[in-house]
Amino acid sequence: MKETKGVGIEMADKKFSFKKLMEYYDEVLSLPHRTEVARELRDEEDLFMLLIYSDMLGIPNPAFYYTLELYPHIIEKFHDWHLRMGMEKSPLEGIRCC
Amino acid sequence: MSGIWLALVGGIVFFFGYRFYSKFIADRIYRLDPEFVTPAHQYKDGVDFVPTNKWVLWGHHFTSVAGAAPIVGPAIAVYWGWLPALLWVLLGTVFAAGVHDSGTLLMSVRNKGQSVGTLANKLIGQRAKILFLFIILLLVLMVNAVFAWVIANLFISNPSSVVAVFIQIPLAIWIGYSVYKRKGSMLVPSLIALAVMYFTAILASYFPVLQIDLVQMFGGEGATTFIGMNATATAFFAWIIILMVYVYIASTLPVWKLLQPRDYINSHQLIVGLALLYIGLLVTNPEVTAPVTNSGADDKSWFPLLFITIACGAISGFHGLVSSGTTSKQLNNEKDVRFVGYLGAIGEGALALVAIIAVVTFFPTTGEFTSTYSGFTAANGAGLGVFVQGAGQLINGLGIPVEVATTIVAVIVVSFAATTLDSSVRLMRYIIAELGTEYKIKPITKMHVATTIAVVSSAALTLIPEGPNGFGSGGYLLWPLFGTSNQLLAGISLLLLAIWLKRRGSNYWPALIPMVFLLVMTLYAMIIQVFTEWAPWAGETSDWLLFTFGAIVFIFAIWIVLTAFSIFNKEGDNPEVDNK
Repeated sequence: MKETKGVGIEMADKKFSFKKLMEYYDEVLSLPHRTEVARELRDEEDLFMLLIYSDMLGIPNPAFYYTLELYPHIIEKFHDWHLRMGMEKSPLEGIRCC
Repeated sequence: MSGIWLALVGGIVFFFGYRFYSKFIADRIYRLDPEFVTPAHQYKDGVDFVPTNKWVLWGHHFTSVAGAAPIVGPAIAVYWGWLPALLWVLLGTVFAAGVHDSGTLLMSVRNKGQSVGTLANKLIGQRAKILFLFIILLLVLMVNAVFAWVIANLFISNPSSVVAVFIQIPLAIWIGYSVYKRKGSMLVPSLIALAVMYFTAILASYFPVLQIDLVQMFGGEGATTFIGMNATATAFFAWIIILMVYVYIASTLPVWKLLQPRDYINSHQLIVGLALLYIGLLVTNPEVTAPVTNSGADDKSWFPLLFITIACGAISGFHGLVSSGTTSKQLNNEKDVRFVGYLGAIGEGALALVAIIAVVTFFPTTGEFTSTYSGFTAANGAGLGVFVQGAGQLINGLGIPVEVATTIVAVIVVSFAATTLDSSVRLMRYIIAELGTEYKIKPITKMHVATTIAVVSSAALTLIPEGPNGFGSGGYLLWPLFGTSNQLLAGISLLLLAIWLKRRGSNYWPALIPMVFLLVMTLYAMIIQVFTEWAPWAGETSDWLLFTFGAIVFIFAIWIVLTAFSIFNKEGDNPEVDNK
């Protein structure tokens, strides 16, 4: 999973200014929306992961040959995904991320 | 006496409450530990669990809990005079709401960010959780009915606000789309949306063609319409149907499409409204004309009804749901509990305070106040309208023409009420689905079935009580019942907090005393209302609908309180998760 710094944590170190005040105001109001957009994006990502690994799960995937090339790039994301799906260890024989 | 004095006294009480009492609670009772690993850090996932700067989190928490309710309650409660309402808002905020909001936040933080309902299950048992769900279900049902009533009435009395409120919907969808699909910032588009809304409100104040006045469209007051009702009743009926169709759509859409961008615009409105009212107060320096205590208020006793008439603004169970639902998952450091939870309650108290001031300074003479607030039922009907005009008068002091100021205040109040309506219909849908899962009734776990049940039952509740004006004139009768359920929820949350503190070995009295006070006042008020006023044997004032609802809430309340008290007296394991 992407490392998240947290919201506004670094803001405290900056000097007071009008710009900072507006940044603060924007952060306050956009907090729930940021959460919701992140949730939507995560759901999209989960669907994408399912499509990528569909062949290994027994669902025929005509693009399997091409998605194979993606594995080294998304192995970390795959690890987060299976944890989030409630599987402590990788469910796929060929991929041992943990 | 000047209204500024009331604001000054309020400000001083809130300042000392935060500076000393909240510090005592944080250090000696809650024993906040800066080393504790909060759920935001332990389960950090970038979505729900995100460590958040305390200022940002306070702002978010405050805008989530503040809405129309802290305006409606005080606007009615000044019927007994300004002093009782002021005292309850100040003392209730400092000694009850602050402890409650920060306590539920801390309990949730110490238990993986779980909600109050789940904690009830853990501390009192499975049956308590289901009772809790039923009380929340009734609460949101009443919120839907009351706020639909509020909006329909404000649309009828302020037709110039309609277009500005409705134009918010396409603007919100545009913002949601632009932020989600194009990853843009929300600030500039939402400020543009706000400017468009207020510009529309100003235009509508001057050009009657932009005012959607259904009463006039149906032939004016006194006319009988095609369905045999008078024009006001038909207009009310039409607005309720339109609102219910709207909330059905709004509560089934993904939140980012409409609900959240609307909340975003409304958060600006909260800031704008509070700033305009407090600056307007300083500039106009209005005289308080309402009596200190209203000696003519003898049809309903302030004791105990005051304590349920002002719920939000003094103490509210809804805040516990927000504290333990989302805020606890984002808390960066346990030390921030005091700032976010306690100061969030004070923010809401400040809104209730300005609502009181707007109403008590509105009338030119005390006589006019007492003739408008001639009885409790009259106060219920007039309260919100008086607030809108009183607030308009304060803003008028800033050089904004009074018609424009009144329209803008009406737009702000309707927007708050509509947001509450959207969220509570959505919440009701979730609860119905959860009860369906609990009792294995599969059909009602489906989104559209659950939403239909929520919307139809809310509309029915708004429309059933008939009075002199036909549909919906009994809508405000539900307000005390809303206050009752809200206070019960707060009382139960305080009880959970007391049990939790006792098991931790802390001093539990600061939670137990407001809890006993709230539960005694609420149950006392319920007995008076349900069994002497609304009961079938009460004669003229009997009302089977309110009696049924009130009796159900009363039985649940007694049941849950007895269960909880027996648990309170038992020794139990400390249910705290140790993350150190």
